[in-house]
Amino acid sequence: MGDGFTHPYVPNAAPEPRRKLLDAIGVGDVTELYAAIPEALRVKGLLDLPPALPGEQDLRRHLEEIVARNQPCTGSWLNFCGAGCAQHYVPAIVDEIVHRGEFLTAYGGGTYSDHGKNQALFEFQSLIGELVGMEVVSTPVYDAGAATGSAVTMACRITGRRGVLVPQTMSADRRLQLQGFAKPFATIETVARDPATGLIDLADLRAKASAETAAVVIESPGYLGLIETEAQAIADIAHEAGAMLIVGVDPISLGVLAAPADCGADLVVGDLQPLGIHMYAGGGNGGFIASRDEARFVAEYPSIMFSIAPAVEGGGFGFAWSTMERTSYDTRHDATDYAGTTQWVWGIGVAVYLSLMGPEGMAELGRGIMQRACYAAERIAGLPGVAVPHLGQPFFKEFVVDFSGTGKTVAAVNAALLEAEIHGGKDLSGEFPELGQSALYCVTELHGAAEIERLVSALGEAVR
Amino acid sequence: MTDRVGSGFHAAHWDEPLIDEIPGDGGRGLLPPRVDDAIAGAVGDVAAALPEGVRRAKPPALPQLPQHRVLRHFLRLSQMAMGFDVTVDMMGTCTMKYSPKVHEYVARLPGFADVHPLQDPETLQGTLEILYRFNRMMCEIAGMDAFTFQPASGAQGIYTNACLIRAYHASRGEDGKRDEIITTAFSHPADAATPAVAGFKVITLMPGEMGFAEVDALKAAVSERTAGLMLTNPEDTGQYNPNIRAFVDIVHEAGGLCAYDQANGNPLLGVVRAGDTGFDMCQFNLHKTFSAPHGALGLGCAAVGVKEHLERFLPRPIVTYDGERYGLDHEPGEGIEKIRAFLGNVHAVLKAYAWVRSLGAEGLRAVAETAVLNNNYMLHNIRQIEGTTIPWPKNTYPKLEQVRYSWEPLYEETGVASHDVLNRMVDFGVQHYMESHVPMLVPQPFTLEPGESLTIAEMDHVLDALRRIAEEARDTPEHVTAAPHSAAIRPIDGDVPEDPDCWAFTSRAYRRKRGNWANVKRGLGGHGGGYS
Amino acid sequence: MGRLALGLIVNPVAGMGGSVGLKGTDTAAILSEARKRGAVPQAGARAAVVLNALAASRPELELLAAPGDMGEGIARDAGLRPIVVGAPADGETSAADTRAAAEAMAAAGARLIVFAGGDGTARDMASVLGDRVPVIGVPAGVKMHSAVYATSPRAAADLALRALAQEIDARPREVMDIDEEAFRAGAVSARLYGYLPVPYAPDLTQSVKAGGVSSDREALMGIAAEIAGRMEAERLYVLGPGTTTRAVTESLGLPKTLLGVDLVRDGAAIGADATEEGILRALEESRPGAIVVTPIGGQGHFLGRGNQQIGARVVRAVGLERLLVAATPEKIASLREGTLHVDTGDPELDRALSGWRRVITGRGNETVCRVAA
Repeated sequence: MGDGFTHPYVPNAAPEPRRKLLDAIGVGDVTELYAAIPEALRVKGLLDLPPALPGEQDLRRHLEEIVARNQPCTGSWLNFCGAGCAQHYVPAIVDEIVHRGEFLTAYGGGTYSDHGKNQALFEFQSLIGELVGMEVVSTPVYDAGAATGSAVTMACRITGRRGVLVPQTMSADRRLQLQGFAKPFATIETVARDPATGLIDLADLRAKASAETAAVVIESPGYLGLIETEAQAIADIAHEAGAMLIVGVDPISLGVLAAPADCGADLVVGDLQPLGIHMYAGGGNGGFIASRDEARFVAEYPSIMFSIAPAVEGGGFGFAWSTMERTSYDTRHDATDYAGTTQWVWGIGVAVYLSLMGPEGMAELGRGIMQRACYAAERIAGLPGVAVPHLGQPFFKEFVVDFSGTGKTVAAVNAALLEAEIHGGKDLSGEFPELGQSALYCVTELHGAAEIERLVSALGEAVR
Repeated sequence: MTDRVGSGFHAAHWDEPLIDEIPGDGGRGLLPPRVDDAIAGAVGDVAAALPEGVRRAKPPALPQLPQHRVLRHFLRLSQMAMGFDVTVDMMGTCTMKYSPKVHEYVARLPGFADVHPLQDPETLQGTLEILYRFNRMMCEIAGMDAFTFQPASGAQGIYTNACLIRAYHASRGEDGKRDEIITTAFSHPADAATPAVAGFKVITLMPGEMGFAEVDALKAAVSERTAGLMLTNPEDTGQYNPNIRAFVDIVHEAGGLCAYDQANGNPLLGVVRAGDTGFDMCQFNLHKTFSAPHGALGLGCAAVGVKEHLERFLPRPIVTYDGERYGLDHEPGEGIEKIRAFLGNVHAVLKAYAWVRSLGAEGLRAVAETAVLNNNYMLHNIRQIEGTTIPWPKNTYPKLEQVRYSWEPLYEETGVASHDVLNRMVDFGVQHYMESHVPMLVPQPFTLEPGESLTIAEMDHVLDALRRIAEEARDTPEHVTAAPHSAAIRPIDGDVPEDPDCWAFTSRAYRRKRGNWANVKRGLGGHGGGYS
Repeated sequence: MGRLALGLIVNPVAGMGGSVGLKGTDTAAILSEARKRGAVPQAGARAAVVLNALAASRPELELLAAPGDMGEGIARDAGLRPIVVGAPADGETSAADTRAAAEAMAAAGARLIVFAGGDGTARDMASVLGDRVPVIGVPAGVKMHSAVYATSPRAAADLALRALAQEIDARPREVMDIDEEAFRAGAVSARLYGYLPVPYAPDLTQSVKAGGVSSDREALMGIAAEIAGRMEAERLYVLGPGTTTRAVTESLGLPKTLLGVDLVRDGAAIGADATEEGILRALEESRPGAIVVTPIGGQGHFLGRGNQQIGARVVRAVGLERLLVAATPEKIASLREGTLHVDTGDPELDRALSGWRRVITGRGNETVCRVAA
């Protein structure tokens, strides 16, 4: 590389600045700076990589060609798949803010250098706190699964127990994620689903909750869309056993659904993606953890948390990372959970989203989603051989559609829908064999009467 | 005043209230779409029919502001943040660098942003192609046989390494028998923390007189209980351990696996490969080394690579390619449990892919060499600033991409501590620096990593600032300890965030507790953040 | 917060022996010899650094100073008006003057005493103060085996400010001293004389201050649990002095002689404050054995300082592989040069113990440290 290398991203690789720097430090060749690396370990020659595309235009064309091989859920296409990542409307201002370079390219700045970023994240914490009715909210974590894992192990440490009860209807992916993370600290057992209601079987919960139970986890709405209408009774059972209640929520439902704090939740977890974040094939996911403001809870949070603090003089306020000795940055080998880079820019996006929506916006949006989903479910249930179990139970956004009566597999139905430019619901037949040929459908504010009509008509064709 | 502050810089100072304290007179920021009459007529108000206790009695107390005011609020906040796009950031261990805008443009295209992870793979060919192609490229860069991009951060990537080690020993019936992970005191804290979270005991090697761990220390640590070695090299001090190959061999002989945390991998691109060094697995931070933006502390991605004998333990799904079409293999096999939802942060993978494509093999090597050259330029100049020392003088090897310096002489002479200098940096219009991770074995530490993106003039600006602050520490120390003076805000009471009666993590807690603030004892200031 | 009374005691002659090749200044004769060799006082200058920093930050400070060049003079030079406590020294200051001043300051309600001196001064303080008043040592002596000193005068000032603001609590720290006569003759014979409460600032070794969660205390409990968990049936455990080993016996529900060596087998105490002969006898009756020791903070000796009862013969009788060393991560981070030391008086054994050694630092974790003779 003696002659230097010209590229817009590496200014000092060019011959002139390179020479200048080498002269300044009194070194003849850059390779001398690698003296600590034994010769035998060094790469000989250049790596075998595809040819460079240093011109931005060439690079962009290449990337656009690849991206064009996706069929997104936009334009003439419709998407009815959710299952942990849902398509909602993304307001233009959210896109504007999350792409601000000041935020997007910030990182480990502090109280003074990154004040605006800190305030945006404090507001994220605050607005999620309003939604769930809690006073403590962490900065974003990776996703709802990671949030559940952290909350479960927090409950284990606080109670000094290791039993954890989770609903049988938890998604297989999330259960695996939870199992993998929590196994050194927790023993996870499932609570049966009441076949009549699709909800937690209270008798089974009562039988399993014991003095060994650290936490009872419920999700409302659950993976299959149903709202746990007996949340308070579940909380009572958990608390009588000395266990904590962890409630997983879909935050976009909280304009119409009661705040989990009001139903006995000790810890609340959820995914941020519905609140104004593009799906990015799952890259849009991000999680949160919330609780009451008690030192014993705060001491167990794994994540970085912003506290507001007053200026020493002259009024005003700022924000600081609080009680960092909780985190793995400080505990190192004594860590019980780990902190690090997570999904903060999505947290800023969520703060923008909730600020735009306001109280009425969230209430209207939630109401509208329930109406649309209910309408779609009723229309689909009217198709010959197609059933929507638990149609009489309250549900939010998602519902199960059972094609068993049509003699078609979900895979065949979905293949037919693709022909009609529709991404169908998630195939549940592998995950919940007891539900037969069922799929999980997701209906949001993106779906009006016309879009639902298209789906129903395409489904009608597919099951014929 | 400008003269006393002396930097000529002042940050935007908007005095912007908390969003829920901005008067908005019940404004609306966004209206959800109308519900079609056909729908409303058919189902009625479903939400209103929810049972009491399930239905929300009162809408959440969110801001009520007109649209432009929300925009203005967050734009003002953005102006009070120091991302790399707007200023120089040399925070050690963070590998700050330019994140090309063309990547953002492509990532925002609906074809990439508005795709669902569970779409039929036939409709996801673009995303899968990126994942597959970049997997092959990373194998070449790291000398590995397969990669996963599921973990969404460096810490999660290192955690994934720990899970792979756990799975490997379990598959050989040695889980519980091999329960010790060895790391070094100057590796990233995650190299000690995440194996502990995965259930391992952790043995930490203290540095020898060269500032890195010695072979004899490792020999004292290995045994039949050794599960693996997890470390960074160069460590967070910028020092490369030349005995690394011996480390790998000793751990292998003891029956353990070796995981190379490439969090500090920027100076090694095209220079040294984890695979050639004998490691069984590794992880790279795509948001550091590979230019994906750091995202205010996320959107990260870890590329976790393994040699062939560990491929079967990678988390599912695996991206497949049959020569024509890309697919997803969800068969669990012996794969470790899921680390992160779906496919991970695929946008970070797209950006990393684009970056490597733009640079090519020659460019990657130029990145590494330039990062090292820039760092040695900083070192050469900082060495001459009175009040600094470079730890481990016996270690005469050039440093690689960063240096852990010490302000100890300045502190002993003037009482101005590294943390004071850090706060004063902001007055010069540059991002503050990183002091050190725990344990703080170097007194009054500061750690700078200039990366490959900066110009000489930008580096000189930081050097000038450090020089000036050291002079100020002697002439007007109280001016440094009272810093910052021209940041977005003035110094805050650092005790409040540490006091359970005062800390407030949400505005509802703030409203309840701010009355307690008057009673808090005044200390010497809090942490103030930041490192990673 | 009440009145803010700070005590200041300077041993004006501390450290004078060091610069002229004398090891300490414990007796008048040695001091006179030191003066003859041209030694100049330096403790006062070091104390002045602390005092100036304190006066600048806390002007409301009520300073209780020992008389004359034991504090009063330096305070006046710093522009302060100290309340003089204790009687002026008659001629050269002595250990008795230090003790009298310390006692008077405790009686006068001092919240913290800063002293400039060495191990002899620390020992005098410990003998009258016990755990009544926290102290901070400003390093100024020749003998610095105790763990009560800040790393520098500047660090002493920071510690004092934070202790006065009641931000940080005090922890017991070892007070060691050696027999100077033997020392001058080339032999080191250090004894553990007691403990003094010293303000503990985790962020002198860590990046942040603790907010209600005490990581050092947790580490101590972790160490105790780890060692208790490793204890084997029928093995005799020889537990050296110190708070780390006390945490082990506490976890077993047993008493501990803080300054002495105790013997434990099968969860029961079978010997307290044992001498070397006593330990050897017990080992003869009950093999196999194991030793648990902890290094002195700062200077890092884990054998041969304050635990001479666990001498070379004991170590050999138990076996080198059965010697467990435990220390909190904070203590390890505080080691000068990052090195542990041994001095068993048996050069061959010291050599065998040198090199890299695993040290128990908590529940399920260890740190590998360098050991030098």
